[in-house]
Amino acid sequence: MSPATPVPQSDPAPVQFLTPAGELVEDAANEEYLPYLNTLDEADYQRFHHDMVMTRYFDEACTNLQRQGQLGLWVPSHGQEGAQVGSAHAAKPQDHIFPSYREHAVGLVRGIDLLGIAALLRGVTHSGWDPNDPKNGNFRLYTLVIGSQALHATGYAMGQQFDGVVGTGSPETDEATMVYFGDGATSQGDVSEAFVFAASYQTPQVFFLQNNQWAISVPVSRQSRTPLYRRGTGFGIPSVQIDGNDVLAGFAVTAKHLDDARAGRGPSLIEALTYRIGAHTTSDDPTKYRGDSEVAGWVARDPITRMEAFLRSRGVGERYFTDLTTEATDFAADIRRRTLALDNPPTDVIFDYVYSEPHAVLDAQAEWFARYENSFEDSAESGQGNN
Amino acid sequence: MAQNDDIQNIPMARAINLGLRQALLDNEKVILMGEDIGTLGGVFRITEGLHAEFGDKRVLDTPLAESGIIGTAIGLAMRGYRPVCEIQFDGFIFPGFDQITSQLAKLTNRYLGSQTFPVVIRVPYGGHIGAVEHHQESPEAYFAHSAGLRLVSPSTPNDGYWMIQEAIASNDPVMFFEPKSRYWPKGEVDFRVPVAGLHTSLVARTGTDVTVVGHGAMVSVLMQAAALAEEEGTSIEVIDLRTLSPLDYDPILESVRKTGRLVVAQEAPENASVGSQIAATIGERAFYSLEAPVLRVSGYDAPFPPAKLESQYLPDADRVLEAVDRVLSY
Repeated sequence: MSPATPVPQSDPAPVQFLTPAGELVEDAANEEYLPYLNTLDEADYQRFHHDMVMTRYFDEACTNLQRQGQLGLWVPSHGQEGAQVGSAHAAKPQDHIFPSYREHAVGLVRGIDLLGIAALLRGVTHSGWDPNDPKNGNFRLYTLVIGSQALHATGYAMGQQFDGVVGTGSPETDEATMVYFGDGATSQGDVSEAFVFAASYQTPQVFFLQNNQWAISVPVSRQSRTPLYRRGTGFGIPSVQIDGNDVLAGFAVTAKHLDDARAGRGPSLIEALTYRIGAHTTSDDPTKYRGDSEVAGWVARDPITRMEAFLRSRGVGERYFTDLTTEATDFAADIRRRTLALDNPPTDVIFDYVYSEPHAVLDAQAEWFARYENSFEDSAESGQGNN
Repeated sequence: MAQNDDIQNIPMARAINLGLRQALLDNEKVILMGEDIGTLGGVFRITEGLHAEFGDKRVLDTPLAESGIIGTAIGLAMRGYRPVCEIQFDGFIFPGFDQITSQLAKLTNRYLGSQTFPVVIRVPYGGHIGAVEHHQESPEAYFAHSAGLRLVSPSTPNDGYWMIQEAIASNDPVMFFEPKSRYWPKGEVDFRVPVAGLHTSLVARTGTDVTVVGHGAMVSVLMQAAALAEEEGTSIEVIDLRTLSPLDYDPILESVRKTGRLVVAQEAPENASVGSQIAATIGERAFYSLEAPVLRVSGYDAPFPPAKLESQYLPDADRVLEAVDRVLSY
C-alpha cells in the first residue's frame, strides 16, 4: 500500500530567512519575525555556524565509534543541526528544555558535555548528565519512549505558571519551557494529551516539532494527512511552519514564541521542516525505504552549507573556516578519546537510586548480590593461594 | 474542626479527606490532580471541600486523560511539587500505565538520585460495590512488579488518615490503593500519632493455629473469618499487610513460625499476583516451620464478572475458612 496522497492544502509558505543558496530574504511570511532576526550580530551568525559544525563532527565521530563496536547504538543528528541550533539559541538561560533523543546540538548549545550522550549510547548510564546541575543549562535527560517527554514538559510549564514566573513583565526572570519531538511522536497519544493540557492551562511553552520526514521507515504521510503544524490549531495552540534547515528562521521564530510564552501568552507549536540525512539509528538501513534522489534533494538544502555561503557573502574569511575545521576535528577526537576511556559502571548502579529512601526488599537483594559477587573474589583468591 | 478531637469515629472516605487536607496545609507544594476532584469533590467525594478551601492551583480538575494526569504530574514533580493524582477507578489506570511504569517508576534511577519524584497516585480499587465493568478490579500486581514504585493499601479509617500523609511525605512515587468498599464503614481515627510506619505490616488479630494475611478490603473478610473460626475452636492470627512494595515479610515469618500454617487472601486474580509472591517467599524462608503448604485464596483468573456474580468471584469468609480447614488437615 502506497502512502496516502496529502490533502490539497492552502498553507502559507514556511518561514524562511536564508535560502538554500544562503541568500537573505525578507517577505510577508517572515516579516513578523524580522525584529528577532535583527537582534543578531556577526558574532551570533558565526556562533550558530560554529555550533552546527561542531555537532556535525561530533555526530560523525560517534557514528564511527558505533561502527567500531565502541557504542551500542548511535542516533545521528546529521541534517537537523539548523533547526536545533537556531531554536536552542532562542532559549534564555532560565528556560527549561525537554529533548527527545536526537537533540545533540541543543545539548551543545545548552552547555552539556556531549560525552554524556556517547556514554548513554555506550551503555554505561541511563542519563549522561545531571539536569539539576546549573552548568547543564536546564537541559533535561533524553527520553526514549516516543512523545513521553511532551507531558513532562507541559507539567513543568504548569509549575512555572503556578510559581508565578510567567508574565511578570521581567524578561530576565520570566521562564518558559521548550519540548522537542518528531513527526512520528505526533501520532502518540501523549503528544495530543500534552496539547490538551497546555492549551487548557495556557502553559508558557513552545512545542518544537522537527519533522524530519521519516519515523524510522515510515514516511510522514502515514502519520498525518494534513501538515503537522495544523495539529496545533485544532487544539487552540498558535502554530507555524518553518524551514527547519534555516538556522536563522529557527532562531527568530522560536525567539518570538518563547517571548510570547514567557509573557503569559500561552503555548505555541513550531513545525520545522527538516530531514534526517543519516539513518534513524545505526541499526537502520534507509536504503530500503527511500531513494537517493530524495536524499540528494535535501543534501542540497543542508543547513551548514547555506550558513557558510551566508557568512562568506558577509565577508567572513577563509581563516575562520580553517580554524573551525581544526577546532571541530580536535573536539571530535577528544570525544573519541574520552569515550574509549569510559569504564563500565560499578555494579552498585543496579541497585542505587531505584528508590530515594530505603526499600527493604531491594536492599536485601543488594546485600545478597554483594555477598554473591564477593564469593567469587574469595574463591579466586583462595585458588591463587592453592597455587 | 475534626482534628480538635483526639479520637473520632469516622468513615475512611472522611479520614482520607482529612489526611489530604492536612497534607495540603502542611506543605504548599502538595497539589491534588484528577478528574472531577474539584467542584464535585471526586466521584467518591474523597476531595470534598478541598477545592473550595485551597483553590484552583492546589486542587486541579484536570482534562479527562490519565496519561496526561500522570505525565504532567511528573513534570510538576521536576519543578518541586508533590502531586497527588486521583485515578477515578481501578480499571481506568491503564491509559496512564506507560507514564507510571516507564517514566515515573524509572526516573529516580535515570536521574541517578539528583531528582526525586514524590508523586502519589490514589487508586480506588476492588469489588463489593456492584458496579459495572472496569470499576471493581484489583490491578495492584502490575505496580508491585514495577521497580521504583512503592505500593500501600490501608484497611481502616485510621490508616487512611495517616498513610495518605506518609505517602505524600515519601520522596518516592507511591501507589496508594484505596479499598473502595471500605470507604463508608466507620472506625476510630486517632489524630495524635500514627500506629506504624508506611511500610509495616501489622497483626490485626492474634491467634495460634493458622496465620491469614491480606490487604485492603480483604482484611475485614479475614477478621470475619477469624471470628467464625473462633466459634469452632480454631484460633486465627490475622495480618494486615498495609504495604505491598516493599512487602514486610518479618511479621508474617514471625507469625508462621508460631502457627506453622499460612493462608494468603486477595481479591486480585491469582496468577503472578502479590499473594503468589508472598506464598513463594514464605515457602523459601519458613520451610521448616510450615506444617502445610501455603494456600492462596484469590479472585479467579478471569475478568471481573458482571456485578451479580461478584460474591461468587470475590473471596469471602467461607472461602477463607475452606482454605483454613485444608491447611489444618495436614
